[in-house]
Amino acid sequence: MAITIEQVEHIARLAKLEFTEEEKQRISRELSRILEYVEKLNELDTSRVEPLSHTTEMTNVMRPDTVTGSLPLAAVLNNAPSRQGNFFKVPKVVK
Amino acid sequence: MESARVRHQQYVRGQFRLTDVVETYLARIETQKYLNAFIQVYADEARERARELDERRAKGESLGALAGLVIAVKDNIVIKDHLTTCASHILDHFVAPYHATVVEKILQADGVIIGKTNLDEFAMGSSTENSYFGAVRNPVDPERVPGGSSGGSAVAVAAGMADLALGSDTGGSIRQPAAFCGVVGLKPTYGRVSRYGLVAYASSLDQIGPFGHTVEDVALLTRVIAGPDPRDSTTVPVEVPDYLKALNQSPLDLTIGIPREYYQEGLDPNIREAIQSVVDRLRKAGFTIRELHLPLTDYAIAAYYIVATAEASSNLARYDGVRYGYRAPQAEDLQEMYFRTRSEGFGTEVKRRIMLGTYVLSAGYYEAYYKKAQQVRRMIKDEFDAAFREVDVLITPTTPTPAFRLGEKLDDPLQMYLSDIYTVTVNLAGICALNLPIGETPEGLPIGMQLMGGMFRESDLFRLGHFIEKQLVGPVH
Repeated sequence: MAITIEQVEHIARLAKLEFTEEEKQRISRELSRILEYVEKLNELDTSRVEPLSHTTEMTNVMRPDTVTGSLPLAAVLNNAPSRQGNFFKVPKVVK
Repeated sequence: MESARVRHQQYVRGQFRLTDVVETYLARIETQKYLNAFIQVYADEARERARELDERRAKGESLGALAGLVIAVKDNIVIKDHLTTCASHILDHFVAPYHATVVEKILQADGVIIGKTNLDEFAMGSSTENSYFGAVRNPVDPERVPGGSSGGSAVAVAAGMADLALGSDTGGSIRQPAAFCGVVGLKPTYGRVSRYGLVAYASSLDQIGPFGHTVEDVALLTRVIAGPDPRDSTTVPVEVPDYLKALNQSPLDLTIGIPREYYQEGLDPNIREAIQSVVDRLRKAGFTIRELHLPLTDYAIAAYYIVATAEASSNLARYDGVRYGYRAPQAEDLQEMYFRTRSEGFGTEVKRRIMLGTYVLSAGYYEAYYKKAQQVRRMIKDEFDAAFREVDVLITPTTPTPAFRLGEKLDDPLQMYLSDIYTVTVNLAGICALNLPIGETPEGLPIGMQLMGGMFRESDLFRLGHFIEKQLVGPVH
C-alpha cells in the first residue's frame, strides 16, 4: 500500500500536524513500508473473530455515586500557557 | 549489588543511615551524568525524607515495606508539584497537580524517590534515543543503547543510582531495557497495577512495573504498587498475593512451555545457547518441560503497531497548547496555534506514530487495519489462553539480540519496531512477563530470558525466577 503525498497531507490535517516538503516525502516512504509490512495480517482469516479492545473485558464498572474532592482551580490553571481570570485564554477562533 | 530486600532488612535493624545512602546515590548520579539516566534529581527532598526516616527509626516507630530504599520513577508518571516531561518539548513547564497512585503507595511504604528518569518521548521507542533531553547510554557499554522506552529506569538500577525503579511497558518497554542492562524487570498483568497518573500512550496495552537487581526486589515493589484502584476502572478487583512469601514455595509444581516460534531465524546464537543451558538445567532439576507452538507470534508486531498507534493518536490529541505545556508563540488564530504547537512540540517518532495511528483509524481504512488488528489480537490472546491450559510458564528470549549500538536503528523505524518481536505479544494478550538476566555474551553484554505467565499469575514468575536466579544462574552482577 503506497501512501501518496496527498494522503500524507490529508492525514496531517486530521492530526493537526504540518510538515515540510522533505518531511512529507520521508513520511510517505516510511508509512508505505510499515503498511506493506502490516499487510501480512491479511493472510489470516478473521471473518468469524470478534475484535478485542480490552484484555480483561470488564464492562460497566460501577462505584458508589458519592461526591469526592476535585482539583483546586488554582492547581489546574497554574499550568495554563495563557489565562485571564479563571479562564484559559486562546488566540481568536474566527478569522 | 545487594538486593533491595536485604537492604531494607538491614535498614530496619539499624545497620546503616539512610542519609548516608542518599548521599552515596546522589554522588553516583553526579559522576555518571554522561549516562543521562535522569531528567530531574530531587536531591534536597531525598535528603530531607531520609533524615525524617532516620529520626522515625531512632524513635522506634514502625517503618513501611520500602523503608531504607531509594527509588527512581520514569518521567511519564506524575508526582504532585513536580515537573512531568515525558521527555517531550510539548510538556514544557507542566507541573502535575496530583500524585499517581503508584507514587502515593511508594510514599506510604516509606520509599525515598530520588528523581525522574529519562525515556523515549511519550514512551515511544526501543532505545531511549528519542528523548528531547538526549539519548541514554548503557552502563555496560556506553556506545550502546540501554533499550527503551524505560531506559533511564533500567540504567538507574543497573548503575547503582537507585535500589529500585518504576517503568512502564506498552510493548516491551520494561523487559527489553532490563534485558539490555542486566537487571530484573516485570510487566504485570493488565489491570494489576493502577495507571492513574501514568501519562497514556496506548491505554489498552500500558502497564506500570518495577525494576530491581533480583526477583525478590521486583516481588517486593510489585506487592507495594499492585491492587485495584477506584481511580482506574480497568484495575481488576482480585487479591494481591504475598509475593515474598510465595518465593519460599518450591516451583517444581510448575510446568514449563517452550514455544518454538520464539527460537527461529534472527535469534542471536549466544542468547539461544544461554537459554538452552538454563532449560537443560531445569530439566535436570526435575521440571516438566514441554515444547509447544504459538503460530500467530509472527503476526504480533503488525497487530501491535496498528493498535498502539491508533490509541496513541487518540490519546495524544489532548496536547493542543490550551491548558498546559508548550504553546507556539504568536499564532494568528486558534487553528494555527494547534498546528504549530503540535508540530513544534512533538518529536519525529511521536509524529510518525500519530500519523500511522490517524491513518489506520481514518474513514475507509478503519475496517482494513484497526478492526483487523483487533481481531488478530483476540486470536493471539486465545492462543495464549490455550497454551496456559497446558503449561504454567513459558520460557522465551526477551530480545533477539543483545544491546545494539547508538544510532544503529534510528533511521529505520521498521527495524526498530522488530526489536520488540518477543515482547509485544504479552501486551496484546494482557498477560504478565518477567525479564531475568541469565548471563553475558562473549563481549560482556547482558543476556535476558523472558518468563511469561497467565493472567494474574505473577507469583508463578517470581517463584520460578527466584529458583533460577538462586539455584542455577547465581548473581549476574
